[in-house]
Amino acid sequence: MKEVTGIKEIIKPENLAYRKSNILTDEIMHYCPGCGHSTAHRILAELIEEEGLQEDAIGVSPVGCSVFLYNYIDIDWQEAAHGRAPAVATAIKRLLPGKFVFTYQGDGDLAAIGTAETIHSCNRGENILIIFINNGIYGMTGGQMAPTTLPGMKSSTSPFGRDVRSMGNPIKITDLVAALPGTYYVTRQSVHTPANVRKTKKALRKAIQYQKLNRGTCFVEIVSNCPSGWKMTPPRANTWMEENMFQFYPLGDLKTPAEASDQQSKTEKND
Amino acid sequence: MERELRLMKGNEAVAEAAIRAGADGYFGYPITPQSEIIEYLMEADPYRRTGMVVLQAESELAAINMVYGGAGCGKKVMTTSSSPGISLMQEGLSYIAGAELPCLIVNVARGGPGLGTIQPSQSDYFQAVKGGGHGDYHLIVLAPASVQEMADFVELGFDLAFKYRNPVMILSDGAIGQMMEKVWLGPQKERSKTSPEWATTGKTTTRKRNIITSLELDPNRQEIFNLKLVDKYNAIRKNEVRYEEFRCDDADYLLVAYGTSARVCQKSVELAREQGIRAGLLRPVTLFPFPSDPINRLAGKTKLILTVEMSAGQMVEDVRLAVNGKVPVHYYGRIGGIIPTPDEVVENLKKLITEL
Repeated sequence: MKEVTGIKEIIKPENLAYRKSNILTDEIMHYCPGCGHSTAHRILAELIEEEGLQEDAIGVSPVGCSVFLYNYIDIDWQEAAHGRAPAVATAIKRLLPGKFVFTYQGDGDLAAIGTAETIHSCNRGENILIIFINNGIYGMTGGQMAPTTLPGMKSSTSPFGRDVRSMGNPIKITDLVAALPGTYYVTRQSVHTPANVRKTKKALRKAIQYQKLNRGTCFVEIVSNCPSGWKMTPPRANTWMEENMFQFYPLGDLKTPAEASDQQSKTEKND
Repeated sequence: MERELRLMKGNEAVAEAAIRAGADGYFGYPITPQSEIIEYLMEADPYRRTGMVVLQAESELAAINMVYGGAGCGKKVMTTSSSPGISLMQEGLSYIAGAELPCLIVNVARGGPGLGTIQPSQSDYFQAVKGGGHGDYHLIVLAPASVQEMADFVELGFDLAFKYRNPVMILSDGAIGQMMEKVWLGPQKERSKTSPEWATTGKTTTRKRNIITSLELDPNRQEIFNLKLVDKYNAIRKNEVRYEEFRCDDADYLLVAYGTSARVCQKSVELAREQGIRAGLLRPVTLFPFPSDPINRLAGKTKLILTVEMSAGQMVEDVRLAVNGKVPVHYYGRIGGIIPTPDEVVENLKKLITEL
């Protein structure tokens, strides 16, 4: 490729607007154009670096589009069976209590096949961080209906739209785990605009810091897109997400540490 | 804690032996006839004794994946269950074998299929020795025939698991789990302070990141990995065959039985000899690797072989493969949770002898 004229003059520290995190590997990500996963990975890598957690972090990757997450972030990883990441993370954290242990899971993994593991690890208040990417579809297997697919939304297994009478309603699993005394911080964010990326990074940083307190599970949902699965251009997917997904999955904190402490002290009184 | 003689159930012996072997973690879900294991562990409070973690999981599915997580950290971890629960664990066992993780699983088997019975059975033989879950893999399978072996095989199981980076199963049954015998328990071992170099313990600056996975999209690389597993299983077949002979030296008729059935058959051998029938018993201690060569060798010196098992005839297939047509191989067994009596076995043997 021909070198762009003057590029060497442009690459100077004072012009640096964005630097790739040292924790991100040079592996080329396999995600489709416009997918939110790569942004979520980038924030996560930046936070691990900024919080000085590379030597302490042990991640558990799921089955789904982010199955190769371990290729992209330079920390120790365990690849879990579909839906079982919270069980795997439970044991890692119990046996290595000083480490920063987190899972990164999609909606099929976390809210369908792994519902029991999600609910029970949160209910035990495992001191782990769960990152939940919700794009309302099974991306890796080619666009089938997910537990979080919106009513009327088309997928390859709901070709005429999700009929809630026969296929059930989308499950708001984040609201469910927020109700459990075992969770300490539960929030729902997105990564589709620069402002939202900054907000999500802030929320994830809080979650990482909170989990050091050993006060319970931190749970961060990122409502995301799937241009390929939704069969939309990336800009259209983001607009559609704002207009439809956010109506059903409103962004913001579902449970703050103050609320969690309040709930925990009430539960203890009932003992 | 010193070496000690105790009167214990097989299930309790497993639990106490695990603590003393320096296990790091136990993850389990209650199921009859082995719930005493997790009850004993909770009561014994091993976290206070050695720092061993004990956790009651929400399902066998979660329990085996907790074992995956702990084993991935290079820790000595285990789970126990009975037949229906072991079926639920098969997905996890396949992943554990695929990720080459060392761990210990105890199956205190009961009769099936389905919910079946809670009485002892050996009908999980195929599942235990032929892989059980999906894909080409093997567990190392140990078959205890006493409470003492229930205790001893815990440490042996952990040793073999770490030696080969492979899951090890103790295939017991409800009779051995529930019966009480005297048992020598070993002294308390310290929990290991170090982890193997492949374990996920947090990436340090001095090494590359460790990844525990069983995923490989490139079929050429998957084949290379599968061949590596084949080499490992062949090494296990070569090095780890364990079996016991009882009065085989002059035996005209050979019984082959493991676990509870072997206890029964030992008595049958004595009863048969009282009647002038020179019977002997070969008891496989490892079911994978199977003692094929010793059985083949003895087959050359005997007139017939009778395999006795509490199943509809599972191990008999491996005995036939080992004997390879040298002598007739027969099966006798009781199923559905019933244990055969020594007399039944002798009667069957006598009938087969008259038919020779």
